[in-house]
Amino acid sequence: MEKKIKRPGQAQAAGADQHDLDCRGEGGQTRREFMVTAAAVGAGLALTGAIGESQEAAEAAELVNDPAKAVAIQVPNPPDTIAVELTVNEHTHMVNVDPRTSLLDALREYMGLTGSKKGCDHGQCGACTVLVDGRRINSCLTFAVMYQGKKITTIEGLADGDDLHPVQAAFVKYDGFQCGYCTPGQICSTVGLLAEARAGCVSAVTPDLACAKPVLSEMEIRERMSGNLCRCGAYPGIVEAIKSLAGAQS
Amino acid sequence: MKLFTYSKASGSVGHALEESAGKSGSHYIAGGTNLIDLMKDDIVSPDHLVDITALSCSQIEKLPGGGVKIGALVSNSDLANDSFIRQNYPVLSRALLSGASAQLRNMATVGGNLMQRTRCSYFYDVAGACNKRQPGSGCPAIEGYNRMHSVLGASSKCISAHPSDMCVALAALDATVQLTGEKGDRKVKLIDFHKLPGNTPELETVLLPHELIVAVELPHLGYSKNWCYLKVRDRASYAFALVSAAACLDIEGGKIKSARLALGGVAPKPWRAQEAEKLLVGKEPDERAFKAASEAVMKTARGLEHNKFKIELGKRTIVRALKVAAGGVA
Repeated sequence: MEKKIKRPGQAQAAGADQHDLDCRGEGGQTRREFMVTAAAVGAGLALTGAIGESQEAAEAAELVNDPAKAVAIQVPNPPDTIAVELTVNEHTHMVNVDPRTSLLDALREYMGLTGSKKGCDHGQCGACTVLVDGRRINSCLTFAVMYQGKKITTIEGLADGDDLHPVQAAFVKYDGFQCGYCTPGQICSTVGLLAEARAGCVSAVTPDLACAKPVLSEMEIRERMSGNLCRCGAYPGIVEAIKSLAGAQS
Repeated sequence: MKLFTYSKASGSVGHALEESAGKSGSHYIAGGTNLIDLMKDDIVSPDHLVDITALSCSQIEKLPGGGVKIGALVSNSDLANDSFIRQNYPVLSRALLSGASAQLRNMATVGGNLMQRTRCSYFYDVAGACNKRQPGSGCPAIEGYNRMHSVLGASSKCISAHPSDMCVALAALDATVQLTGEKGDRKVKLIDFHKLPGNTPELETVLLPHELIVAVELPHLGYSKNWCYLKVRDRASYAFALVSAAACLDIEGGKIKSARLALGGVAPKPWRAQEAEKLLVGKEPDERAFKAASEAVMKTARGLEHNKFKIELGKRTIVRALKVAAGGVA
């Protein structure tokens, strides 16, 4: 049932997530572009204390838009970086990272793939969930330098152009979100969950561990999704969405 | 996070030892789910990381004389879902599945699970004292909020609890840990691998500097018929144990032929209850025998202000786990 993963478009590589692309305002600006400009203008005003000093604002905007420069600001003495080739959504990126860079930060700050979210940054909330070689992991709790040669799939790599991935479509249909912040992680986690179920994986609540094909009951879904928290409490919709997919799968 | 240097060991275990040798602040990293968390909070600050994920320690091999050898790099989810383990060592599978989340189990390895550090909140608070983190600085948990802490095996220096579920099942299954290091290979019983805190809570395992866990071995007897892993916790999923129990029985002719019992969440290491096991042997698998066993386990328990409930909870958890194992009503 899963669609072929498509390479992200230029706009995504430049820093806009799918939601941004769908939400261009009257001036043709995305939400992210607007926020970056607003932040830059704010920084410019703070620096100059006067309206109309657009040079500083432009420089600040450039700093915010260029991750390499942003890192240089955060770390007074930048360490030797390590070159790593990351394959994300079937697209190869060559990045030079400080070894401390988490996979999540590499995706967000170095590749502009801001769909994966930073919630707790400690592997407790699941907002950063991505797929590595088809398996769901917490991208905040691992270092980017360890992922050379692995196939990484983020929320940006699931849809096929304008056609949503079946999991994305089910989340829309069953109202599986409210604010949307945890949603990329919830969706990637669901893609992983369905692959695990197809492979016959068991869970802590599977009554018979020897059974080859556990049924994805509501209890099973809740247990298997316990690594993804939703502070809006959209769990009933999320469970319904996954139930519909589990039904289609079996 | 303090800056570190990084290198990746390839192929042989020997290469990992070479990469680590001579570097005083060197740590091995595989799944990283606990180590990176600790590094982010500056609780552990390695100077060098040796990435061991490419080593050839990812197999689950049946041993010729019975039993199984589990490579240290097998992920928690692969081990829990392995069909041989599910059928022959189900208590291990259930214990693994009871810990963490699906994402974390996909990342975390067997070796890393053995090396998991306590989740004591004082250990995590770098602004405060902790004898484990800063030897000699004191243990605020003893007089503090100690609800998650140990009632067995603690000392006046440290009352933290060991967080692993997997290790509880491994203790019950009489596992052996295979190590390799500068002085060669050796095997250590799982129940001897972790240390009690005593006066040196900073020393948690018998691992020597640069020594590496390469595998865990389980003997033939997996108690695949009469077993139970019962985890009691504050949430239904994705929470550490208040108390957990791995109970395994071999019942023949209406009598207990052999018994295994290990506990989690109540002690600074996976707590094997061998005295209680001896009490069970030869008895009929009934409530009276199970209660006697539970009393024996908790005989030396010492509760503090917020964790004393664990003594009674522990007894009830043991009795219920043994009942389920015996095939009774939970």
